[in-house]
Amino acid sequence: MLEVLTIPDPRLKEISAPVEEFNAELRLFIAELEETMRASPGGVGIAASQVGSLQRIVIVDVSSKPDITHHGRLVLVNPEILAWEGMAKGREGCLSVPDYTGNVIRAKKIGLSAFDEYGKPVSYECEGYEARAIQHEVDHLDGILFLDRLVSRRTDLYKR
Amino acid sequence: MENNWYMLTVIGKDRPGIVAGITTELYKEGCYLGEASMIRLGGDFTIMMMVQYDGNEQALENCLNPVAHKMSLHLHLDKIKGKLHDHRTPDVSITVYGADKSGIVAKVATELSGAGLDIFNLESIVGGSKEKPIYIMQMEGHADKGIDILKQKIEKLTSKEIEVHLEIIDTMLG
Repeated sequence: MLEVLTIPDPRLKEISAPVEEFNAELRLFIAELEETMRASPGGVGIAASQVGSLQRIVIVDVSSKPDITHHGRLVLVNPEILAWEGMAKGREGCLSVPDYTGNVIRAKKIGLSAFDEYGKPVSYECEGYEARAIQHEVDHLDGILFLDRLVSRRTDLYKR
Repeated sequence: MENNWYMLTVIGKDRPGIVAGITTELYKEGCYLGEASMIRLGGDFTIMMMVQYDGNEQALENCLNPVAHKMSLHLHLDKIKGKLHDHRTPDVSITVYGADKSGIVAKVATELSGAGLDIFNLESIVGGSKEKPIYIMQMEGHADKGIDILKQKIEKLTSKEIEVHLEIIDTMLG
């Protein structure tokens, strides 16, 4: 189990560097990162920067949610979101921001490419809750928290 | 000091500087601020704010009285338990709108409360025009008896005069 950083830890605002070597050490770290995510109640995603390791790695697994489209356990190394479609407001929380949730607008559908933990190129088309989770985690790699993207509860209703 | 919490209520004609004026005095007096809701309602500005303070109620009031007098604000203090870090996560967001008619809030709130809705926050606005006012209300809360029963109730509430929408809040924790 790794320690999850919480704000205002400055490492959460850093930009993470791409992974260059896909070796046993990387896979060991990914296993620890996944264990940390699964040990957090309700946690469906984690980024390496959340445990203070500034590498471009995220893990997402939304399969515990009923009735949604998903790809199961996703280990995404050096992920690149290449396509965005639609916009939807949704509620997010973060392991690094305890006891607070807020509304964020994200793309409904995304297309992305990445590498798995063995260095094999992968690509996915994701939507809804899974797409939201991936966008949230990929933001962490650029030092962006959901707090940086909050929209007011009133915004969608009252904005002219 | 840990348990010495007050709920401070402030109301007055809206003008720039109310938040700065009040919070500066509290800061100078050594207060710690908790959660707050500050909003302009009609032409008035309102503050409900948790304040932790070492002294008694009278001393707190005395420190705020000059700024309250200067800005024509009404103050009120209540001793509270002041529990922080204990938020419940809402699972529904409900929007109600329609022609402004008396009884709309009472009707909706009574029906939804009967169906198990615990409201955490509610904001409402009278929009439209003087001749044709419309009432818009948005709330978030928890469906204590499940979302299905709430949905059934909302279907019955929706009529020619009012629209009621329920949106599930499915929080993504990442």
